[in-house]
Amino acid sequence: MTKLDDIDRAIVIATQGGLPLVADPYGAVADALGLSAEVVIARLDAMQQDGVVRRIGVVPNHYALGYRFNGMTVWDVADDHVEEAGRRLCATGVVSHCYQRPRLLPDWPYNIFAMIHARDEAAATALVERLATALGPLARGHRVLFSTRILKKTGLRLGRQQGGGTPCSG
Amino acid sequence: MAQLDAIDRHLLDDFQHDFPLDPRPYAAMAKRLGIAESEVLSRLERLRQKGTVSRVGAVIRPHAVGHSTLAAMAVPPDWLEHVAEMVSGYAEVNHNYQRDHRLNLWFVVAATGRDEVQAVLDDIARRTGLDVLDLPMVEQFHIDLGFGLRWN
Repeated sequence: MTKLDDIDRAIVIATQGGLPLVADPYGAVADALGLSAEVVIARLDAMQQDGVVRRIGVVPNHYALGYRFNGMTVWDVADDHVEEAGRRLCATGVVSHCYQRPRLLPDWPYNIFAMIHARDEAAATALVERLATALGPLARGHRVLFSTRILKKTGLRLGRQQGGGTPCSG
Repeated sequence: MAQLDAIDRHLLDDFQHDFPLDPRPYAAMAKRLGIAESEVLSRLERLRQKGTVSRVGAVIRPHAVGHSTLAAMAVPPDWLEHVAEMVSGYAEVNHNYQRDHRLNLWFVVAATGRDEVQAVLDDIARRTGLDVLDLPMVEQFHIDLGFGLRWN
């Protein structure tokens, strides 16, 4: 991965809340940063090639689209099998995010987190079943933690001073 | 849920990645959809105002710029309202969910550096007298290409 320079960071920060909905959004970002549209496009392209920018596109709000059942599925998978488990969970095409996180025993034995979104509880349960089937015996245990309330969700609002990032795309 | 016509659905589904890196990206989208550039813009503006679209823009890899963690707390039910409000009050907290588990409060802390994130976790632990589990990402598996919406 190439290190981000100041121009890259400035572009990320300027666009983290979204591209302006005007005919030439890259030009508008460029104007605000004293760059040219060509540079903004080239930098975004390079960062996308590099993987720093995962994707550029329309980011839907799942909740507003009726996906009220936001389930954090958590899995206990042997450390040796984590890569394979992650690959299988992603391959189902039904998870929006999938991360390995540390176990914190005895409170928390689960080391893989995969987010699912469904319109009702039955659909959510069916998705969890699909994930369980995909993992098979790799999963030594799992839980689903549904969100009972969204207390705060502001998305990308970092780096007003000097850079920032987001863990999650919503 | 708001009513969405076929074009709205295409806008939501077909452009979650590969947004045109073109000087006139909305015109490129319009061409694919067979509508005018101005209509793409007005529809996206409407979807954004209604909250159906969070934004049109880049999704940045975690930790590419800044640092973040997922934190969890087991808050006694009587305190939950108060603690949740306190946690949401930090500018560094961008997601905060109540979940159905003994660990009933889950939130994401994001800041420019690891130390700033740790300072927030420490501050919450100190103010509440409760443990704050720190579950930073070790690895991301999903190459986030968006999420196929199921309309039916």
